[in-house]
Amino acid sequence: MPKKTLTFALMDAPYESANLTTAFRILDAAARRGHNINVFAYEGAAALAFTRQSPHPNPVHGKNVAEENHPTTKDQVTALLAVAAKNGGKVDWVNCGMCVDERGVNEFVPGTRRGSPADFQVFTDSSDNTLVIPTK
Amino acid sequence: MAKKSLNIVETAYRAVMEEQDDTILWLLAAMQGAGGAHTVVLRGNAVNYAIAGQGAPGLTVGEWKQTQAPRMDRDVADLIENRKIPVYVVEEDLAERGIASDELVSGVELLSRRALPGLFAEYEIVSHW
Amino acid sequence: MNNYLLIESRDPFESNDVGYYYELSKGLVEAGNEVTLFLVQNGVLAARPSAHSVALSALCQSGVKVLTDDFSLRERGISKLAEGIVAAPIDVIVDHLAAGHKTLWH
Repeated sequence: MPKKTLTFALMDAPYESANLTTAFRILDAAARRGHNINVFAYEGAAALAFTRQSPHPNPVHGKNVAEENHPTTKDQVTALLAVAAKNGGKVDWVNCGMCVDERGVNEFVPGTRRGSPADFQVFTDSSDNTLVIPTK
Repeated sequence: MAKKSLNIVETAYRAVMEEQDDTILWLLAAMQGAGGAHTVVLRGNAVNYAIAGQGAPGLTVGEWKQTQAPRMDRDVADLIENRKIPVYVVEEDLAERGIASDELVSGVELLSRRALPGLFAEYEIVSHW
Repeated sequence: MNNYLLIESRDPFESNDVGYYYELSKGLVEAGNEVTLFLVQNGVLAARPSAHSVALSALCQSGVKVLTDDFSLRERGISKLAEGIVAAPIDVIVDHLAAGHKTLWH
């Protein structure tokens, strides 16, 4: 299948919804196939690429930080950019600027950028398809 | 040329007081300003957005007072009148909620749930919000 | 004729809005389209044979292709699926998107 450009809108904040696990699985599958990917990270999703996330131990399960190896979405975003590049695709990950400001999450994974709804409009008009994953 | 986009909005009153907007209606208004070609269908609980005269006073916490409490009916009217975004409301969802059509802001168009599949064909992008 | 992928993340045990989405998929088929309903997350709970899976099997009979995310099934320990429902990998979603099929999430 020829390479396509696919746009995704995400809204869920880290650690609040199963939607993000599915979203990252879809993004990973698209990246492995070499598709170009646009992501508009809106509302809570503006925190997905926040670099100040840090993993923690799990005292309930008796695991230290290393043993728990707690996922952080910033690492998942970083890994997505890497797997896309490895397979010849580009990722344009935009964090909605006002969403970033109100949440105070204005330090992003390198390779992602601040943007606005105008970017999402450009994404949808210029890409081959768009999937909105809304929040409840 | 913008792709014609149908936006089915069903989540209602999520963070509306905090954001002083419905974040999806706001997003679509912004995208329309950036050259979009959007249409809105209000379904499920979101049909309540079209009721004229709604709106709570701002939140108060101690001495902190919200001064710009949202008014969803005005935002719906704004989409129609100023942003030129057609707004449909699913009539069965109104009826299920005991809402009469004369309670709605002017300019919304009633749409039967049965007509949704046919409407999809007119748009290049269809999204649920 | 258009192709549609409808992704359902919700289940009928917790949400009474799932019925709308199932009916939408049937309505799109009746309007002459090809429709795949892809259950993910708790949406797969309805795929286990139960009183609620009857609606999904009926959708299969009416021409909707009903798939369930294999990851979500394993996560929930679901090994037996109701009649007509098939497990599938997440790549199916990427296939549909890449093919230009209108793709919606509920």
